[in-house]
Amino acid sequence: MNEAFDIHSESHIEVHKFRTGAIIISTLLALVIQASFPIHFAKAALLDLPLLVTIYFGLSRRNPSTGLLLGMLIGLLQDSLSGPTVPLGLYGIAKTIIGYLASSIGARLDTEHPAARFALTFAFFITHQGLIVITRRILLAQPEPWFNMHLIVAALVNALVAVFAFLLLDRLRKR
Amino acid sequence: MVGIPSRHKSLVLLAGVMVLQVLMLAVQIKRDSEGRLIRVWTVGAVSPFERAGSNGFGWIRDTWRHYFALQNTTRENEQIRRENDALKLQISQLQGKAAEADRLAALLNFRQSHAEVPMIAARVIGVGTASLTIQLDRGEHEGIRKDMGVITPDGVVGKVVEVYPNAAQVLLLTDKESGVGAMLADSRIQSPVGGQGEPLLVMKYVPNDDEVNLGERVITSGMDRIFPRDLPVGTVAEIKPGNPFKQIRIKPAANLERLEEVLVLLSLRSLEPKNEENPAAAKPSAPGATTPPPAARR
Repeated sequence: MNEAFDIHSESHIEVHKFRTGAIIISTLLALVIQASFPIHFAKAALLDLPLLVTIYFGLSRRNPSTGLLLGMLIGLLQDSLSGPTVPLGLYGIAKTIIGYLASSIGARLDTEHPAARFALTFAFFITHQGLIVITRRILLAQPEPWFNMHLIVAALVNALVAVFAFLLLDRLRKR
Repeated sequence: MVGIPSRHKSLVLLAGVMVLQVLMLAVQIKRDSEGRLIRVWTVGAVSPFERAGSNGFGWIRDTWRHYFALQNTTRENEQIRRENDALKLQISQLQGKAAEADRLAALLNFRQSHAEVPMIAARVIGVGTASLTIQLDRGEHEGIRKDMGVITPDGVVGKVVEVYPNAAQVLLLTDKESGVGAMLADSRIQSPVGGQGEPLLVMKYVPNDDEVNLGERVITSGMDRIFPRDLPVGTVAEIKPGNPFKQIRIKPAANLERLEEVLVLLSLRSLEPKNEENPAAAKPSAPGATTPPPAARR
């Protein structure tokens, strides 16, 4: 890889390309696993694999427009698969913003280091959940707690999983 | 058209995508009591402007009505005030007429219940300034003669002291010169009752030994030959022992201070003994003296 690590000059940060169909396959796979895995392993409900995919491709593609559109697509698909209790747009809105933020930050910072990935994923997860809560409370008038320990644990787990999952996804990049 | 800088294109796209998804949310969500969320949001977004518009138009309308249209309001107020005054006057007149009708009805009833006594109704048109007298609108032409008795359905008023062609003057019972033959209704003690120039009358010549009770009715005895028997004179209001007679004060039965219509007794029974010798002279000259002409009656 020929990535640059100059955090002050975004022109030196490399925009990664992926193999054909890599994004689509990764997205679908994340959605399928997300939908089916918790059925057998209840604890797996802590994971938000579509979010991790959104973060990863946002950080890697470093194009805000692409990032937000990918986030919107993934979010809407997740909404569609989440049953009638989740309206279309709930995850879509949250992941659109996360895709935009990830792309914007990825264009300015080195996001290849596992520690950076861990921290960013943790922050994005918290932000994502915050956006969900805001949407539920303000737009949908649904009661939703702002913060609990479960959120922190889920954020840590997802950040940890992201470190390893992102390494796997790195293999889909074009060399 | 001015192009959007490339670094802002993503922001515009983000905003557009967000708006689209929010609208999509609104279309889907249906609240139990408020319908679809898009409707709730639309109403919520539009209603402030509607409210502002309504308030604005209301303000303009109120301003027009309260300030610029005041000319009509003032004119209407003046007209309503005039109508109100006229109605008040009309009500006052109607109330007066109703009261007058009541009084006249009482006079009529009294006359009908004393059909054997010829009498004529008269209206009080004035009061004396120096003495306790009243002026009536009936006089000699209606058969009224001097010394005729004047009463109301409530009681004795006085007697005629002056007669004119179309008027008569009546000396009230409360005058010092006035008097009437009377008796106590329960004990049948007879004694004249006269005035003292005060609101209360005095019953004279009742011995201290006779029992008189407060509140006892005093009626005419008929002995003065002016008033028939049993007409109310008043009630005993005060009793004091005197020498040699009791000092008895009587409250007049008739309201002598507020007389408007009275009845004049068209008979001079005091002259009856003389009339037996000369019946033609004893009878009053006017035919209405015994049987008043219909035109003279009220």
